[in-house]
Amino acid sequence: MSVVTGSSTRFGALGSNANRPDGNAKVQGGFAFSSDMWAENMLWGATMRSPHPHARLLSIDASEAWKIPGVECVVTADDVPGLPNYGLIMQDQPVFARVGDTVRYLGEPILAVAADHPETCRRALAAIKVRYEVLEPVTDPERCIDGSAPPLHPDGNVFRHQRIVSGDQTIIGEIQVEGTYEIGMQDQAFLGLEAALAVPDTGGDGVELYIATQWLHEDRKQIAACLGLPEEKVRLVLGGVGGAFGAREDISLQVHTCLLALRTGRPVRISYSREESFFGHVHRHPATIWMRHHADAQGRILRIESRMVFDGGAYCSTSPAVLINAITHTQGPYKCENATVDGWALRTNNPPCGAMRGFGVVQACFAHESQMDKLAAATGLSPVEVRLRNAMETGDRLITGQIMDSVAPVERCIRETDAIPLPPPMPMDANELLVPGGTGLTALPSNIRRGVGWGVSIKNLMYSEGFDDFSTARCRISNGAVHVKFATAEVGQGFVMLAQQIARSVLGVDDVYLDPIDTQVGSAGSTSASRQTWMSGGAVDAACRAVRDELLDRVATARGLVRQELRIDGTDIVDALTGTRIAVAEVIGDHEIDHTVEYHHPATEDLDENGQGNCHVAFAFVAHRAVVDVDPDLGLVKVVQIATAQDVGRVLNPLSVQGQVEGGIAQGLGLAVMEEIIVTDGKVRNPSFTDYLLPTFLDAPTVDMVLIEEPEPKSPLGAKGVGEPPCVSVTPAIANAIRNAIGRELPRVPVRPYDICL
Amino acid sequence: MSIPNDSLNESYSLNVNGTLREVRDAWLGESLLYVLRERLGLPGAKGACEQGECGSCTVIMDDRAVCSCLVMAASATESRILTVESLGENGRLSDVQQAFLDAGGVQCGFCTPGFIVAVHHLLDQNSDPDDEQIKEALSGNICRCTGYGRILDAVKVAARGRRDGVGS
Repeated sequence: MSVVTGSSTRFGALGSNANRPDGNAKVQGGFAFSSDMWAENMLWGATMRSPHPHARLLSIDASEAWKIPGVECVVTADDVPGLPNYGLIMQDQPVFARVGDTVRYLGEPILAVAADHPETCRRALAAIKVRYEVLEPVTDPERCIDGSAPPLHPDGNVFRHQRIVSGDQTIIGEIQVEGTYEIGMQDQAFLGLEAALAVPDTGGDGVELYIATQWLHEDRKQIAACLGLPEEKVRLVLGGVGGAFGAREDISLQVHTCLLALRTGRPVRISYSREESFFGHVHRHPATIWMRHHADAQGRILRIESRMVFDGGAYCSTSPAVLINAITHTQGPYKCENATVDGWALRTNNPPCGAMRGFGVVQACFAHESQMDKLAAATGLSPVEVRLRNAMETGDRLITGQIMDSVAPVERCIRETDAIPLPPPMPMDANELLVPGGTGLTALPSNIRRGVGWGVSIKNLMYSEGFDDFSTARCRISNGAVHVKFATAEVGQGFVMLAQQIARSVLGVDDVYLDPIDTQVGSAGSTSASRQTWMSGGAVDAACRAVRDELLDRVATARGLVRQELRIDGTDIVDALTGTRIAVAEVIGDHEIDHTVEYHHPATEDLDENGQGNCHVAFAFVAHRAVVDVDPDLGLVKVVQIATAQDVGRVLNPLSVQGQVEGGIAQGLGLAVMEEIIVTDGKVRNPSFTDYLLPTFLDAPTVDMVLIEEPEPKSPLGAKGVGEPPCVSVTPAIANAIRNAIGRELPRVPVRPYDICL
Repeated sequence: MSIPNDSLNESYSLNVNGTLREVRDAWLGESLLYVLRERLGLPGAKGACEQGECGSCTVIMDDRAVCSCLVMAASATESRILTVESLGENGRLSDVQQAFLDAGGVQCGFCTPGFIVAVHHLLDQNSDPDDEQIKEALSGNICRCTGYGRILDAVKVAARGRRDGVGS
């Protein structure tokens, strides 16, 4: 284990708050996001989208657009030279809707144009005549289960149906609690809008794409297939990524931009507006979850029954994987081997849904943590006690039959959170900014009720069900300098900083040069599933170790030293026999060493028809306690404090972990009390930052955190991914706190003002 | 830079970062944000909502912090405009920029230039803001990554530095 933490940590090495290599550029405004890309002779691209959630596309007449000076290209489905469809799991989503076929959601791409100016593009789209036969949209996923909905796609209306049947199905608990819970459609709302610059090769037989994405190689595979080009003719370079949170896993404008560039022979940039972004990427699945817990009189969970219905919207995206995450996390971080779970992910004419931070577990957690408070009430136990009594431990058998073999400090997460002091009550003369609803004297401090609520969660790390999401890294010593290369998408989380920290720690150097992030090296897998610190961190660590080992071999040979006695300590090579120290910087100029390494996690299995199998790689845990102030008459909520203890394995960069925890909590708060894409009859009603509310500085609570460091033996650096857990259980913690304040059941999130006051 | 082919094109000058910059044959429908980014080579201001909700495009216009997406560029010819690119001297970081890095206030960085400009504006007016004053002053700048905790720390670090006479 190469991790060292504490005051002895060398600055810039693992365990320290190293400098971000992209930091100066980001604070100075010079960092090149994909929307900042520019090329000589560049055209602008724009996309026409369906105004109907379900319709037959009858005809497209672009003749008037071609007459507008400055318009260079119009492409439709007829111009797609390769596969007409793409998709991460099922290739069911058209690059463009085809005349004669149906459009399946409002916002589905119909065609794209390229012109000399964004305003020319807008005029071109306005001049194109498209005729539709409007069809009745299917918006209730239950209709896809009962069979009353017509098939919306040749691939059918069921993305996946999976049951879990485990243990004793006959157990009837002395205590039973049940509820039906709803989770609204959340948007990732990254700030850096979708944007890409495609530059065609001279001769037009290849293309280079500068793109903000989470997974360069998967993008390339899908783009090349649609373009009908071999993968080596499609080169991707990571454009600066302004946040991701799952919304950049799927193809959006990639193929469109490349098509326009290849057709015109000129560089083309597409930059989405915020409104278009709401239609251009997938969202968090809205879900309806019924759960019944059977428990004994002491509050121990004996059996869980659940039915989960996830609305996947018009196209598959990652719906099957999201569903599996949800159902396999039904039990939460609690002991239970007996379960019956029926899970559905379905196709409707609502917006397509897919990955968002937490990936199915967020929905399941809202249900099981609501249930835990009901169980507490039914048994007379406190919310803390009922959770402690059921807390999962390493070695437990899960409802999938998998044995929990990760470090599982659930009890410690709860106890450490419980030990964090509660905030003082709101003073009667409180600054009105701190009162629910903020300024304007809308809520009176004397009318405020305070509530405390809990949420505890388990989250899987890495991809599941047999998927080998390996990562690749290259490390080389050349001309006396250390270079590291990988295709890992830096989306803001700071992997570029972590990669340098790893190389400094392993190789004993201060300066580490990062090569461009592109497809000129093997895949790194996706920046998702809390996996890159473990997976790409593991790959960088392994590549650096391979280089270090060869360097020590050579130094031993050259200087007549005993290889086994050499190690790197700080920035020196130390010979344990003689105590001799040789500065690494002194010797690396003499060597050219180059290693590329793939890191693979332990293999997993598919679930069988009863939902049994070792489907997950590893797990992380977290507890949240929320304190809220509620005005019960106005329905206003102020989240005062979030206390949290998170199982992180090892802290490799304290400020980065803190930032992930605080940022995840803000997103979970958003889902709890304000963030929802409102869809009526398949139409999104609030595709803007005016109407889709995001937490602001004044909405952010005080966050008091404890990071629990129990190194994970399976993890190459001892660390667990920290990105997703913060936003999983904070949402139910806040909902439970509001329930605690006002005594209502509140079966859905986000909790709206009228859920509280009407 | 090409233009839409109609009569609404003009040439004008903007006073940006202390320099008079000529904008040639520009469509009059262009926002200040677009002109700064696409015509004047100043990409620091970012577009993320186009309706003044997120603050990513914040610039200083005649000593006021404004959303440049809401300003028609051709209406700003009489104003003094300062962008994030004007901060710091000779490529060195300003106190606020350094504080954002030291406190961990930067993740994806897309909101960062807007925040940096807004914080400079705040501290130039009040070098001793309390937490609520900081939060209110910056409540028009949305960050999706950090949850604002490290940004709050960064502002306090920068404010303390100014009161102690360090930096700036």
